[in-house]
Amino acid sequence: MEYESVIGLEIHVELDTESKMFCSCSTRFGEAPNTQTCPVCLGMPGSLPVPNKKAVEYVIRTGLAIFCDISLFSQFHRKNYFYPDMPKNYQISQYDIPLCIDGHVDLEMEDYATTIGVTRIHLEEDTGKLLHIGGAGRIAGADYSQVDFNRAGVPLMEIVSEPDIRTPEEAKTYAQKIRAILVSLGVSDCNMDQGSMRVDANISLRPVGREEFGVKAELKNLNSFRSLQRGLAYEIERQTKALQSGEAIVQETRHWDETKNTTSTLRTKEYAHDYRYFPDPDLVPMEFDPEWIEGLRAELPELPDERRERYMKDFGLPAHDANLLVETKATGDFFEAAVALYSGDAKIMSNWILGDLTYYLNAENVEIDAGEVKPAHLVEMVDLIDDGTISGKIAKEIISEMFKTGKMPKAIVEEKGMTQISGQDEIAKIVDDVIAQNPDAVQEFHDGKERAFGFLVGQAMRLTKGRGNPQLINKLLKEKL
Amino acid sequence: MAISEKDVKHVAWLARLALSDTEVERFAKQLDVILEHAGKIAELDTKDVQPTAHAIPLKNVLREDKVGRCLAPEVALANAPHQEDQAFVVPRIV
Repeated sequence: MEYESVIGLEIHVELDTESKMFCSCSTRFGEAPNTQTCPVCLGMPGSLPVPNKKAVEYVIRTGLAIFCDISLFSQFHRKNYFYPDMPKNYQISQYDIPLCIDGHVDLEMEDYATTIGVTRIHLEEDTGKLLHIGGAGRIAGADYSQVDFNRAGVPLMEIVSEPDIRTPEEAKTYAQKIRAILVSLGVSDCNMDQGSMRVDANISLRPVGREEFGVKAELKNLNSFRSLQRGLAYEIERQTKALQSGEAIVQETRHWDETKNTTSTLRTKEYAHDYRYFPDPDLVPMEFDPEWIEGLRAELPELPDERRERYMKDFGLPAHDANLLVETKATGDFFEAAVALYSGDAKIMSNWILGDLTYYLNAENVEIDAGEVKPAHLVEMVDLIDDGTISGKIAKEIISEMFKTGKMPKAIVEEKGMTQISGQDEIAKIVDDVIAQNPDAVQEFHDGKERAFGFLVGQAMRLTKGRGNPQLINKLLKEKL
Repeated sequence: MAISEKDVKHVAWLARLALSDTEVERFAKQLDVILEHAGKIAELDTKDVQPTAHAIPLKNVLREDKVGRCLAPEVALANAPHQEDQAFVVPRIV
């Protein structure tokens, strides 16, 4: 039987405010444990939470950016459960009236487009951080745990998608798009390494053509876009095998293990959670002026979709390039800075960014705005190609060198004597040598084999250690043959 | 009786309370009385009444995003039954 996967994502994002959600403690990351706490975020009796206006505004901005309806009336609820990372034994969250409902995100996949619905966006507070001692640092088998409440109370936005996602690739693209939107809005840095963006996935399978959903598993510990995609792919395989052998799927939470490349049971839902939500009596409701919301809408910055359209329209880029360039805000910013410095075709700049530069960034796992190669480096290098100083082949070596040392291309070219050989006589001599040394290829060329010509060009490039001017080699080789 | 012993045990578990059998029986009766009292509201027609979000007529009490003073860590940890490395220590979780 053919199965279809039904995937929904819950994305938690720490908002980039200075102070916490309900108190004035700093939200700074990486400080010594328990240096950023107060009676409110420690849950001391008698303390009074007051919501951070900026956090509320950030959530509404996000809602506007992904076409949500904004609730003109909203309130906070208490979600009651016990866990050591939560000092109050309830989390302040939102229940029946979240700030935003009913949005959507459009996805451009490689060869089709699709739309993923967003059920709701609500605002809550983050929990503290646990450090498990003993048992190799894993919760299972630990002797005890340490709790750091610096993170407790940091504003946390949860974006819940509809179960509209059908493949792991769509899940990854959706999560990346959400990140690009949030970074463009300036509401979060969405740093997955530091946990400021966390993705949980619900996934079930159903026979193709059936309406009802199957039994779902919830995947946790998806700490990168790669984990998200691989974790879902694994889960699809596991559930398919189970269903095909007539096994029942158990509703449970599963933990993705990046090193073992598998998921395992974290906990089964023996009985439904009983959170006993009720309106937090410490917090009064919020009512928003529609004019204020329209003001926020008018102030929205350029978003990835608009940026993509602009790249296609203003720079004449193909959809493929435009999509990749807007995938992160930093890549788009890099591209635009480079194009502003460059007088040639923007597509050439896009090629270098999406090709060689991305290759090195990915290989070394460096973000584009943190790397040694800045837009000025790349532009200077392409200028050197344009004026004939270096060949495209040499440029590839220069990129590698710039990436390692951050030196400017001109300096590298001078230092390593990489300038292009464009002397008519010098190239002519090399071409003569190549013809003399490769009689078989010359014969094949005369027999009409085009490929033989390419081979001879390659030989000439080899003799010049990649420094020969390819156009000149082409020209002279044709003449002499 | 609207509240069963099973309900009482469930609520006790949610609150992490260990109740004896006599307590379960006693609380079942007491909770029943409370629910019955609250149930009087059901006699009213509340079709056109908005659910109460808050008992006092206030709205939009928000603060600006400004960092203020925090507790010194030793003060924050002063009441911790156990601490280590400037962190609260809790028993094993699972």
